[in-house]
Amino acid sequence: MSEQLIEVVLRSIWISGAALLFSLTWCLPISLFLGLRNFRGRNIIISIFNAFIGFPTVALGIILVALFSNAGALGSLGLLYTPTAIIIGQALLVTPILVSLLTSAIESVDPSIRDLAKTLGASDGQAKLAVLSEARKGTILAGIAAFNRAIGELGVALMVGASLRGYTRVMTTQIALEYNRGEWELSVQLAIVLLAIVFSLTLLANMLRRD
Amino acid sequence: MNKLALILVVLVIAGVSAVAAIELSGRTVPRLKVSTTTSLFDTGLLDNIADEYLNNYGVRLDVISLGTGPALDQAGSGDVDVTFVHSPTLENLFLTDNSGGARKIIAYNFFAIIGPDEDPAGIENLSTIAALQKIAETKAEWVSRDDNSGTNTKEKALWKSVGFPDFTALYEENWFTATGQGMGATLVVANEHRGYTITDTGTYLKYFNDNLINLKTFVSSGKDLLNVYSVMAANPVDNRENVDFQGAIDFIEYLISDNGQSFIGNFGVAEYGAPLFNPAVQLLKENADSEIATWIRDTAFFENSECPQQYRLGQEQLYQ
Repeated sequence: MSEQLIEVVLRSIWISGAALLFSLTWCLPISLFLGLRNFRGRNIIISIFNAFIGFPTVALGIILVALFSNAGALGSLGLLYTPTAIIIGQALLVTPILVSLLTSAIESVDPSIRDLAKTLGASDGQAKLAVLSEARKGTILAGIAAFNRAIGELGVALMVGASLRGYTRVMTTQIALEYNRGEWELSVQLAIVLLAIVFSLTLLANMLRRD
Repeated sequence: MNKLALILVVLVIAGVSAVAAIELSGRTVPRLKVSTTTSLFDTGLLDNIADEYLNNYGVRLDVISLGTGPALDQAGSGDVDVTFVHSPTLENLFLTDNSGGARKIIAYNFFAIIGPDEDPAGIENLSTIAALQKIAETKAEWVSRDDNSGTNTKEKALWKSVGFPDFTALYEENWFTATGQGMGATLVVANEHRGYTITDTGTYLKYFNDNLINLKTFVSSGKDLLNVYSVMAANPVDNRENVDFQGAIDFIEYLISDNGQSFIGNFGVAEYGAPLFNPAVQLLKENADSEIATWIRDTAFFENSECPQQYRLGQEQLYQ
């Protein structure tokens, strides 16, 4: 594997990893709220998140380009064609799948755990943490699914990142680009690396699910 | 502070430092944003120019590869600083609506009409127009990029002179296939379908030499297949005030310098035995009477100039 290839692989992991971290900062509170409380409209909100899991990446890409472009509403931030733009896009992209999987993981925790923690004198925050720790398998599975979705998507990275060499070029955009410029060998190499990453993470997730 | 809040804070810090690290790693040198037509990119010319420019001038080029139409749009919206294109018709519109200027013609080559060896339409040795007429008459498959690129603009003009003034009317023909993709992908489709298409010679030679396609060149010279590449800077007014205008002009000066021109002219010689792009600056400067210089003036000049005075954005030194 050439040095350039390694650089692109690392950048992909870095960008999608950052997207996952950011996404968790709002997905965790949202999921705890949805998973632990009962209120009118809760099911509707959950179905909306579920429906958005299939949000087409190109549609999100074009919306973000319209926002980030110099002519767009957020143009003055100068975000178009930066890694930050890809991170924002992927963080939004994985939000529905994270919320959906986290919420069902949290829901499946026996309510008595939370009550027990509280009777033992835990604060509300500590009780939530106890729930999360009980749901850790589901939480990790949600994280892996979200990361796989992010690292394997093309639309957002291509449109808001433009595959700039040494800057915003990630595995999926380079696979498309090398195919377009006739460098099929490199394209196939990258596809194999991408598949290896996604498969090994999925395998890990399956192992977690079993025990 | 409870632990949950702590987890969230740690996530935010980790995320922010990841972003900072990746942004900083890419921003150690000044950058110039460049949009380009696919042929200059897919052949590898712009990656090579980017390396050369970084090594000698310390500026990194961020190259975004698109068809000519979208490449011009990027410069028009101020999302890139410089644009490389090859469609005089679209360039003229770009200049007249003040989206950019300081246009310099930097290189030329020829488009080619290519197709399967068997030549089902029998276009061997015909002129461009006669060849297209023959393809339409015999209903031999034609594959079009249909992506508003420079090549596609040329194709539309050619079909117009053959009797299809409305390009979209071709969609109704069962021998016509529109890919909506770049040159490379379109070449592959034409190869699979054993159809004819129009291509820039650079991309064709690369695909042909790498054995990705085995289509044959049937027509590849003449004024109506001339392919002229130019470069323009985004005009730093209106919504484009944050483009790097000086950086763009410096880069254009490099491209038209003897160094830049010989770099373009030598590109691909080692690999393909002939240049993929012929330098145009000296040819036009000498006011040479050569046939090709005349063709360039006839097809790619506006008001008898490669860039009329009012669109030079004060950069007269580029035209001396």
